[in-house]
Amino acid sequence: MSMSTAPNIDAQAVAEGDVLVSLKNISKTYKKGKELVPVLTDMNLEIKLGDFVALMGPSGSGKTTLLNLLGGLDNPTSGELSIAGQRIDKFSAGQLTKWRAQNVGFIFQFYNLMPVLTAEKNVELPLLLTNLSSKERKLHVAAALDLVGLSERAKHYPRELSGGQEQRVAIARALVSDPNLLLCDEPTGDLDRATADEILALMQELNQKQQKTIVMVTHDPRAADHARRTLHLDKGQLLQE
Amino acid sequence: MKYFYFIYKNLTRKKVRTTLTILSIMVAFLLFGLLRSLSVAFDGGAKIAGEDRLVTINKVTLILPLPYSYINKVKALDGVDTVTMANWFGGYYQDKRNQFPQFPVNAEEYFGIYKDSLALAPEQLKAWNANRVGAVVGNALAAKYHWKIGDRIPLIGMFPQKNGSTTWEFVIEGIFTEKAAGGRENAMFFHYDYFDKARQFGEGSIGWMIIKVKNPKESARVAAAVDALFENSAAETKTDSEKEFSKSFAKQFGDIGLITTLILSAVFFTMLLVAGNSMAQSFRERIPEFAILKTLGFSDVAVMLMVLCEAMLICLAGGILGLGLAKLILVVNAEKIAGTLPGLDMSLTIIIAGFFWVLALGFITGAVPAIQGLRLNIINALRRN
Repeated sequence: MSMSTAPNIDAQAVAEGDVLVSLKNISKTYKKGKELVPVLTDMNLEIKLGDFVALMGPSGSGKTTLLNLLGGLDNPTSGELSIAGQRIDKFSAGQLTKWRAQNVGFIFQFYNLMPVLTAEKNVELPLLLTNLSSKERKLHVAAALDLVGLSERAKHYPRELSGGQEQRVAIARALVSDPNLLLCDEPTGDLDRATADEILALMQELNQKQQKTIVMVTHDPRAADHARRTLHLDKGQLLQE
Repeated sequence: MKYFYFIYKNLTRKKVRTTLTILSIMVAFLLFGLLRSLSVAFDGGAKIAGEDRLVTINKVTLILPLPYSYINKVKALDGVDTVTMANWFGGYYQDKRNQFPQFPVNAEEYFGIYKDSLALAPEQLKAWNANRVGAVVGNALAAKYHWKIGDRIPLIGMFPQKNGSTTWEFVIEGIFTEKAAGGRENAMFFHYDYFDKARQFGEGSIGWMIIKVKNPKESARVAAAVDALFENSAAETKTDSEKEFSKSFAKQFGDIGLITTLILSAVFFTMLLVAGNSMAQSFRERIPEFAILKTLGFSDVAVMLMVLCEAMLICLAGGILGLGLAKLILVVNAEKIAGTLPGLDMSLTIIIAGFFWVLALGFITGAVPAIQGLRLNIINALRRN
């Protein structure tokens, strides 16, 4: 599948092996009542383009918070966060929204598909934000569904799909706008072992053949084995790899 | 338009709830269309009333009569051009359901004073004058009962004749038209002399006087002079402009405008709660989905507009159905009740006002969930998943 025509507006060119994600002294603190709760503390991290990183750690260690920061869903309290050379911590909420649509694909544990839309319409959602014509959108959707092996289920609603198929649709949705970065929050957490392995194999393929940079939060060591490297977090800090 | 399919799918997600909400809004706008049209129809007389005409009634109530002799006394007053009279007859044709307005009048004077609004061919007026039991009917009334000139029409009246019969016979001598729709195209006029001589009681009395003033600017002075003329008499008078008279006539049934406004206010307030609750519930159920949309790159404003659009579409669907049904009911039944309430129709003004309230209802009911959508925090919303 070629997604080179899909929009990637404003992103700076990054070659394979270059640093795609850079965190410098990133801290994130939440306010709980009058109390400040630190979730991430002085975190430094670099992820290269084409890398496949598994983030592991106990609950409350800051894995999902880190993923949210990388996805532009949240802003760090302090520090510098650059992705593809862009300081996204300096972006406004509106800029972050636009940037997310063009540069990041999200995959969730519970798939989060729109139950009222068929698989193909779910995959088409991110493309509604582009200037692509209906015909072009259909071509991209067909290519994305083909990539995850679900072309024949395009007209099915999520309730008519198995968990593994739903996750494949979610992956197709994440891929359809051809982002460099895929952020996955426990993508196999709701799947049985065999299906989880299929999904992980698909992600590995996306990483190796499509050069997608993947950051995956997981509690499952077997899932982490599919990644190129595994990072461990504890109490908001990165441990040694 | 790209989002329309998604909005449509969301609207049809809970078909029963959406249908019930649309139906409840439909009922509200059905009532709006019917009651507003009713109110306008009741107020119709005031709109066609002339500025240079006054109406004098008994000061106590319109039901009590005035002596016929008042007409000549008023004619002698300074500033008065012409005076005529009319009386209520209150009859029906064949069946009690076939009621329409009938008035004993002085033919020449009445049609002379209303020559700006009623058109009757001179030869028909002549023929009517020549026939003591002659009558003229409005073109709509003639069409309704397929009457033509020369037909004999028996009416059952509320006034008994001296021979004890309440059946009054008339011969149609003319069919008049009304230049501006005012309800008299469904009326019938016949000779006061015939009515007055034949009736069992009340001879020499009239229902009300219609006075044409020479100068409309002097209406107030002439009205005061008329009432002063009959002060301390057995039948004191109350003189108003024809517009005021028409309004007060309609108010015999109560202040229709106020009543309809109160009913509609209650209906709309209830609808605001029903539809608002439905929209809010629909939004709450989909908070994680809206969070996903924002995660995918849909802007806060896009999510807000989607929610608002859903509310507007539901209200539009209900509103169009309600207003359409009201129009249909009025079109189908207008002719049947034209005799009792002429001019009953849903005007373009009412339709436009209806659409304004449809959009207002949609906006108000959708505003709260739409603002919630605008402010929705992705992280918090995804945690609810």
